[in-house]
Amino acid sequence: MSAAAPGTTLLVLMLPFLAALIAPWLTRRLGHNAAWVLALAPAAIFIHFLGFAGEVADGGVVTGGFAWVPSYNVSFSWLIDGLSLTFVLLISGIGALIMLYSGGYLKGNDQLGRFFSFMLLFMGAMLGVVISDSFLMLFVYWELTSITSFLLIGFDHTREASRRAAIQALVVTGGGGLALLAGLLVIWNITGVSQISLLLSYGDDVRASPFYLLALFLVLGGAFSKSAQFPLHFWLPNAMEAPTPVSAYLHSATMVKAGVYLLMRLNPVLGDTAWWETILPVFGGATLLVGTLLAIRQTDLKLMLAYTTVSSLGLLVMLTGFGSEHAIAAAVLYLVAHSLFKGALFMVAGLIDHESGTRDVTRLGGLRKAMPITFIAAIAAAISMAGLPPFVGFLAKEEIYYALWATNPWALSFVAVAVVGNALMFVIGFAVAIKPFFGPEVKTPKSAHEGPVLLWLGPLTLGIAALLAALVSPFTHRFISSPMASAVAGKAEIVTISLIPHLGPALILSLVTVALGVIFYRMLDQLRAGMVWLLSAIGWGPDRGFDQLIAGLVRLSVAVTRFVQPGRLEIYMTVTFLMVAAALIGPMAWYGEWPAMPVWPADAQFHELVVIAIAFIGLLAVIYARDRLTAIVSLGIQGFALALIFMLFGAPDLAFTQFMVETLAVVILALVMTRLKLTSADHRPTGRKLIDLSVALACGTGFMLYLMAVTQQPFNTALSEFFSAYSKVVAHGTNVVNVIIVDFRGTDTLGEIAVVMVTGLAILSLIRIRSLRAGEIADNDPDQLGPDQNGKVN
Amino acid sequence: MRTVIFRSIAPFLTSLMVLFSIFVLLRGHNEPGGGFIGGLIAASALAIYGIACGVAAVRRAIYFHPMALSAFGLFMATVAGVLSVFASVPFMSGLWTYPVIFGVELALSSVLVFDVGVYLVVVGAIGSIALGLEEGDRD
Repeated sequence: MSAAAPGTTLLVLMLPFLAALIAPWLTRRLGHNAAWVLALAPAAIFIHFLGFAGEVADGGVVTGGFAWVPSYNVSFSWLIDGLSLTFVLLISGIGALIMLYSGGYLKGNDQLGRFFSFMLLFMGAMLGVVISDSFLMLFVYWELTSITSFLLIGFDHTREASRRAAIQALVVTGGGGLALLAGLLVIWNITGVSQISLLLSYGDDVRASPFYLLALFLVLGGAFSKSAQFPLHFWLPNAMEAPTPVSAYLHSATMVKAGVYLLMRLNPVLGDTAWWETILPVFGGATLLVGTLLAIRQTDLKLMLAYTTVSSLGLLVMLTGFGSEHAIAAAVLYLVAHSLFKGALFMVAGLIDHESGTRDVTRLGGLRKAMPITFIAAIAAAISMAGLPPFVGFLAKEEIYYALWATNPWALSFVAVAVVGNALMFVIGFAVAIKPFFGPEVKTPKSAHEGPVLLWLGPLTLGIAALLAALVSPFTHRFISSPMASAVAGKAEIVTISLIPHLGPALILSLVTVALGVIFYRMLDQLRAGMVWLLSAIGWGPDRGFDQLIAGLVRLSVAVTRFVQPGRLEIYMTVTFLMVAAALIGPMAWYGEWPAMPVWPADAQFHELVVIAIAFIGLLAVIYARDRLTAIVSLGIQGFALALIFMLFGAPDLAFTQFMVETLAVVILALVMTRLKLTSADHRPTGRKLIDLSVALACGTGFMLYLMAVTQQPFNTALSEFFSAYSKVVAHGTNVVNVIIVDFRGTDTLGEIAVVMVTGLAILSLIRIRSLRAGEIADNDPDQLGPDQNGKVN
Repeated sequence: MRTVIFRSIAPFLTSLMVLFSIFVLLRGHNEPGGGFIGGLIAASALAIYGIACGVAAVRRAIYFHPMALSAFGLFMATVAGVLSVFASVPFMSGLWTYPVIFGVELALSSVLVFDVGVYLVVVGAIGSIALGLEEGDRD
């Protein structure tokens, strides 16, 4: 399995997308049992990447890929080291369980096929994020996770709350993604490399660069929005509008960790500076506290878990920010532990909801006997979350305290934050796992009983995994923690912590945490009441701020549109033509490079003079025409005369086109005129006429001066010589103009005809709209407007 | 405009113009002409026929919606470009073949396909605008 060919890995990376294609079809055939088949995709991914574990554990790094846009040095390439491997295994392993769980949870939903598709698309995107070596590939996949997350949160799109939450998540995380793109481009500019595997050796260059802070802030913008750091945390709890499998997978186990992944990935490059070691712990610590405090207030199982996810992400960011050996080991362990227990707890919450009909913790109790397997899974996950032995959460918490403990005030304050945060998470963990199961049986909307195997398999497996990971900790450390910690630190690290407690500050802090947790648990109702009171006293939060921001944006864009598009054709045209005149005359006036007046050609032939005279007569006819139709036709005379001039001076193609364009222009203008039901004569007041006259004169003078200036330049014959020489030889055509259009510059023409077609479509739909509405909107009839509001025709 | 003379002449005029437009399209590679001019001529032909005999008659005559012609033209032009990728030359390189049919050597090329695409785009886009406007005349 190891050292697999790049083709196999590419295929495996595409596997979720392929599965997403067949998912709707398969679901129509098999119903919810399609989950068993679809889960094979993530399972295959899991097994494929497990084959890399040995090599990675020995310190190996596997890279591979294909050239994508070689001229810009952009590739589709991957990097498999301890960090990405752990993430890939979590994503695919939990993904397989979630697919099964989704089948059970949404059984009977007629949109199940669509749901499976979205989940698999997300899975493919998330795998891409953690395995990308190339910056641009990382960004593409990063935004793809935002988009699939949007689709999943808004899955139940008939409810307004879902739609709002989906848009909110998309705006926050997608916007963060743009910041990330900018950050990556800055790093690319500093170092000149666009691949993470190469970047890792340029850490000193990046840190020494004057643009370091810019890169750092932009990258943090991406990471903090994705990983829901305070004050951008609000989208995550709102995302709980999604069906529970989505919350378990995206919004606890995988996607929200993409930000943490990014920070860990870039720790060797951006880390180890005062800024890094200040910003990350401060924001992480604040998020930890805010998240747990807000979790206390909730009574909805999913929302309680969602807020603790926020706080766990804060804890991870805080630990990554410290960057010491033990802090990284703690972050790594906690990340794995959190994915296991939080995924399990979310699935348990969904299971309780599914079987009892409510997930309000105050309306649940005594489910222990009715749902024994669920109960076991819940307790296992809660013990891990609380950080008690013999689960992997205990290892993580010991390592956290070991890493944080020091006696200076800066460190002590973070120790205090961590202890309070952990104690509160202890409370929430048991509130979710114990409250619904113990105590007197409460009557629930549905009579509760154990769910089907599809539903309990996932949480139970994750609970057992959390236990096993701790029991065989040397094995876990060799294959998971140590390689991952090494990748994060950028140098070899060995994680050694085991279940056997060591006497020392860490153990004492653990005991303090447990004691505090027990006290808080007993006071849970008072704490909740206190938080509710406090939050209503504050009365404003980032969530409302988001709404205000969006409302402000809408108002701003309305105001801008009103300003830019006042809705009067004459203003548009006056401004456009003024700009044209300014663009033509401005540079000549600025540089003082006026063209010399040309001398009258001595050898002017009689017929040439006649053509010019015709053009002039046409012009006078336009000006003195009594009605619009005459003016339009006179304009045609002038255009035909121009075409004759082209003909006389050896440009038959141009002349030909000019004839046709003039003909069509006259026909179409005449049609438009009758269509708009304009009065036949022109009723503009004198003031308006003077303005239009001066604008027209400015434009005409501008074009004249410009053409004179151009033709007075020495003529560069390079292009005409090239085309005369090669037109026949290379392109087999003697009409140079046509050969240029269809062969030498064919791609340009392709773009142009696409524009012609789209313009045609747009005009056609405008005509249609008018004819549909013609009867309804009376005030759109120009005849009923004041005389000065008649639209100009040309 | 719908005089008897105009209405009687319009069908002949239109057929001549369409024929001429195809002639112009095909000769374009070596003499003045090409897809763009040909397309404009054909679009004028459609406009004239529409003015003389009514839009419904034109729509019947060309069978497809003009916008569909336009879209098909764009598709043809793109295909003509993509063909060269399969021949392992850069996108939009001209490919030539000289089959002998009934003893006459014909010069066929992807460039010709491209030019026909341009022709169709122009006929379709301009034609549908003209027809759309003429239709509005009468409702």
